[in-house]
Formats: sequence, structure tokens, C-alpha cells
Amino acid sequence: MLQYILRRLFTLIITLVGIMVVTFFISLVVPLDPLASIAGPQAPQETVERLRTLYGFDQPIYVQFGRYMQRLLHADLGTSFQTGRPVLDDIIQYFPATIELATMALIVSIIIGIPLGILSAVYRNSAVDHFSRVLSLIGVSMPVFWLGLVLLLIFYFKLGWFPEPGRLDIMLIEPERITGMLLVDSVIALDFEVFWDALKHIVLPAAVLGLYGLAGIARIVRSSMLDVLSQEYIKTARIKGLNEFLVLTRHALRNALVPAVTVIGLTYGGLLEGSVLTETIFSWPGLGRYLATAFLTLDLNAVVGGTMLVALMFSLVNLVVDLIYAFLNPQITLTAS
Amino acid sequence: MTTQPLLSVKNLKVHFYTLRGIVHALERVAFELNRQETLGLAGETGCGKSVTARAILRLIDPPGRIISGSIIFEGRDILTIDEAEVRDIRGSQISMIMQEPKMSLNPVIRVGDQVAETLLIHDRSLNRRSARRQAVDMLAQLGIPDPTRMAQRYPHELSGGMSQRIMIAMMLVTRPKLLIADEPTSALDVTIQAQILALMQTLVSEIQTSVLMITHDLGVMAETCERVAVMYAGDMVEVGSVHNVLKHPQHPYTQGLLQTVPDKANPDQPLFSIEGNVPSLLEPQTNCRFAPRCAHVMDRCKREIPPVYNLNGDHQAACFLHDGSPEAQAV
Repeated sequence: MLQYILRRLFTLIITLVGIMVVTFFISLVVPLDPLASIAGPQAPQETVERLRTLYGFDQPIYVQFGRYMQRLLHADLGTSFQTGRPVLDDIIQYFPATIELATMALIVSIIIGIPLGILSAVYRNSAVDHFSRVLSLIGVSMPVFWLGLVLLLIFYFKLGWFPEPGRLDIMLIEPERITGMLLVDSVIALDFEVFWDALKHIVLPAAVLGLYGLAGIARIVRSSMLDVLSQEYIKTARIKGLNEFLVLTRHALRNALVPAVTVIGLTYGGLLEGSVLTETIFSWPGLGRYLATAFLTLDLNAVVGGTMLVALMFSLVNLVVDLIYAFLNPQITLTAS
Repeated sequence: MTTQPLLSVKNLKVHFYTLRGIVHALERVAFELNRQETLGLAGETGCGKSVTARAILRLIDPPGRIISGSIIFEGRDILTIDEAEVRDIRGSQISMIMQEPKMSLNPVIRVGDQVAETLLIHDRSLNRRSARRQAVDMLAQLGIPDPTRMAQRYPHELSGGMSQRIMIAMMLVTRPKLLIADEPTSALDVTIQAQILALMQTLVSEIQTSVLMITHDLGVMAETCERVAVMYAGDMVEVGSVHNVLKHPQHPYTQGLLQTVPDKANPDQPLFSIEGNVPSLLEPQTNCRFAPRCAHVMDRCKREIPPVYNLNGDHQAACFLHDGSPEAQAV
């Protein structure tokens, strides 16, 4: 088991190096000059040339590549052109807000998606099933910015049940920054007023993103549950005299969750990239907006850093998914070979 | 008291409501099973043997439905008691072993726990530890080597024969009064079949369980059963002692079925097969279902359902050939 994890972490490093190389060459073929966006449109030619020497863009490509790799292998992601700060600092600044939102969204989609999928499989073609189908359809087909605005209009503007966009009420003081996630930091600081306020702020954006993830999870749980319920061992469980609740919880669910775990993992990976639209509507200072700006302004160092972070997150989520597989299904054994 | 059978099935009718129409899977199934007796239920694939078995446990899956009839077990009609009562009977008084042992075990639960679960479901006072211990004892009784370690295994680590032993353990650990064995050996290697059958027989006589043995293998039937019921296309055609039915079959279908068994003494003889096909079950039964294939067919066979004639003693057959014969008497 430990050996397996170590081997996976080793392949992860190789993956990351591969991504470094690919990202470098993609940045070369972009038909735009990053220096133009750094220096600004009105900058005189000599300023641009000075910057080119400063950033090393005048060197031959293999020299640039060598420096780039050397820098990255020393965990130096460089400086962001847009913020003027080290990219790593920017990531530390923005990423926790995204983790927090992504995790809450995932929790929403799991606690609604899995029971909904089970119910629609058990009561196939009933009202519950139709409801779940419609909700899933809404989840995947409603644009998130539209849904976000509608939720804000109803629950913030009209009903006033939830607070304005943002992470925290401006009158409250943020707790000491430890993880960067307000919900966690406030608990560590035992500041429950902040915790409660932050929780209220995260509900609407998490609901918007959660509804999107919920759709996929409910559909996969429904179909795998239907498949499992037609298996012979479910008949065996009934013959033994188990009631339907025990048949579902003890015999069907664990088998049905295996395919769902894949979808949940992919959903979480996607959420961790950050969502530009949701973050913009809810004034959420997360990674999505940071990366979108980086791409639009050709902030190459930030693009490379963000790409590596997303790749790292996907790989880690996949590793966790595989570990959960092995836990759920004893037929899967994790061998290091 | 002793004459009252353990299980008495009367006029069981089960229909399946499919998109193609109503499938009349069981039209007239009736038999009795005495205490500590092994009754064979014979017939070709699709004739309704397994449906009969599932109906006894009241576990017909939709779109199937039990239309009419009665299944009296120990004085109670399984078809009219409430769901909780049936659940109580399942696994503790009536158990069932299925055809595909490897598919019938839950892949994510240790086999020892699956055996123990049957005990725990029916005895709330039992704790997990002693249920596990009883399960291991049961495995030992089935001649499984190193039962403590075997109990820790998962189904995919076991062979087909071993899986079927686990199934038998799981279904007999509660000492039920009736065991339904639905083709318990047909998915197994020939070399293991005899072993499993012998094991089942020993255990069954030890805990004094009656058995309903469903099989299309007449050899298995001759070896294990005291009485035999023969089904054809959802209809019960002949019931009697294994000797009478196999040596002096009274229904033309049974006679044909027995002729299909290859003769070992005469290996060059071509294999016998009954002409024609099984009728569609989409029509309700209005005549003898075997009439289109029967060598002795008469006009009335195509118009009327033949009643069940009581022949000498225990032997019954549903065929007009016995109408008016001196020993026959319609029931």
C-alpha cells in the first residue's frame, strides 16, 4: 500500500516535468509577444528591448528552456507580470478560497446527488426519478452565471436570507491566516461569529457549483445502482430474509459506489481549477479569476504555475480515487509492480 | 399431524406483464412436499421451475405477479401473510441455493460475514462474535479446510465449488425446514458436482431438512430424490415416486423426456429428441400444452385442459390417455 503510494508519487513527478516541457513550448507558439502586454501598448521600442534582455527573451530557445527548467526544478515559479509578486505567493493567496468553495460544492453535490441517485434507481420511473432527472438536466444545462445571478436576486436581494457576494462581511475581521480557508481558520481561532458568517457567504456559490456536479453524480449512481440491483447477490440477500433497507445499504450501495467515485473525483478536480464565472459573480477571490486574467494578459509565469497546480491537483485526486476504489472493492489490489 | 405435508402448493398461477404481452409463466402448478423428503422438480429450460421456486419465497420480481393459488407452509399461506412475516420465514425456515454460486455471493463482503449475516438477521439476541463462530463451524462441517482463514476471504478468491459450499453454508446455517436447490450443480465442473451433491445430502439429513431439488438432469434426480414432479410449459404434467415416474412414466412428455437420455449400452444409436418446439406462453392455457408435439394426441387434447388423474397410489398425470382407465380417477 505505502509502496504503491510512493510509486504513484514518483510517476506524478514525471508527469509534472512533462507538463513543464509542454507548457514551455506552447508559450513559444503563442503568436503574441508577452512583452507587449508587460510594457503596455504605448511603450517605446527601446523599453520593450530592455525588458526583453531583462527577462532573457533575447537568448536562444535552448538557453531559455534550460533556465526555465532550472528555475522550476528549484520550485521557483517566477514573478507574475500582473501582480508583480512571486507566482507562488499569488497561488498561496488565491488557492485556499478555491479549495474552500470547491470542497463545499462537492459536499453539496455528494449529499444530494448520491441519495437522489439511489432513490431514482429504487423508485424507477416514479415521481422521485422524474424530479431527479429534471434537476440533473437543470444542473448541466443552466449557465452558471445565469443561475448565480438568479439565486442572488432571489435569496439575497428579495428574501435577504443570504448575504451579499464576497467571502465575509466587511464589518468582521478575518481570523489569523493559517490555511487561508476562512471556515477552517475561524474554527482554529474559535471565532464562531466569523465561521457562521463565512458559512452563509459560501452557501450560494457552493449551491451553484454543487448543482452542476450533482447532475453527473446522481446519474451515475442511478445507473450503477440499477445494474447492481439486478445482480444475483441481491436476490441472495432477499432470500436470506433481509429487508429492503438492509439490502440497499449493506449489499447494494458499496458495489454501486465504485463507478460513482470516478465521477466524484473528476468533478472535484474540475472544481479545483476554479470557476471564473461563479467567482466573478460572487466576488470570490479564487484561482479561477486569477488564472483567467493571467491567460488574457499573457502572464506566462502565472500560466505555467497555474497549469502545474491544476495538474498536480488532478493527479492527487486521481490517486485518492484509486485508494478509495481499493477500499470499496476488494477485487482491486494495489500492487507496486 | 404427521400426514400433513410440510409444503403444499395448489393451482399456482404466475404471469409476467411484459411489453410483448402477458407471459403465462405458471398456469397450473400443484405439488406437495412431505417432511424430510426430497422432491425433484424436472422439466426443460423455461418451463417455470425457477419461477415456482421464487414464488414459494414470494420473491417474484416485477413485472411478474402471482395471480392465484395457495402455498401452504406449516399451516400458513405464504401468499396471504404480511411482508414482515414472509421475511421472517425467508432464510430461517425456507432457504434457497442458486445456480450461479459465483454470482450469488456479494463481491465486497467477506464470505464468513455473509454466512453469519443469515444468523444475525433472524436472531437479534445473537452477537456478531458468536455468529461468526457459528459460521466458521458451519464451514468446517462442510469439509472446508482451514475454515477460520476461509471465512476471511472474498468471493473472487474462491473457486466455483468452494463458492457453492459457502452458499450451502449460508443457507443451511439457520437449519431451515425447507431448502430449495435451484440447479445447484449445473454451473459447476462435472468432477465437483457429485461431491457437492453428496455434501448437501449429508447435511440435509443431519439437520432434517426437506429439499425441493430443481434440475433438468435426470441422473441427479434419480440419485437424490424420493418423489418427482415434471413440468412442461408452466403446467404440471406428472407427479409420483421417483421409481414410478422414471420407470413407468404415464405422461407422453415424461416418456419423451426419458427417451432423450442417451443409452450407454448402445452408444451408436442416434440421440432422440422430441419433435416440435415449446409453445408460446403469451396465450393463456386452453388445452394440453404438450398436444402439438404429442405422439398420442387426440382431438380433445387440443380443446380442453386435461385434468390431473390419480393413478395407482401416489402417481398422478395430467393426460386424457388415462380418462376412463380403471385405476384412474380425476382430481
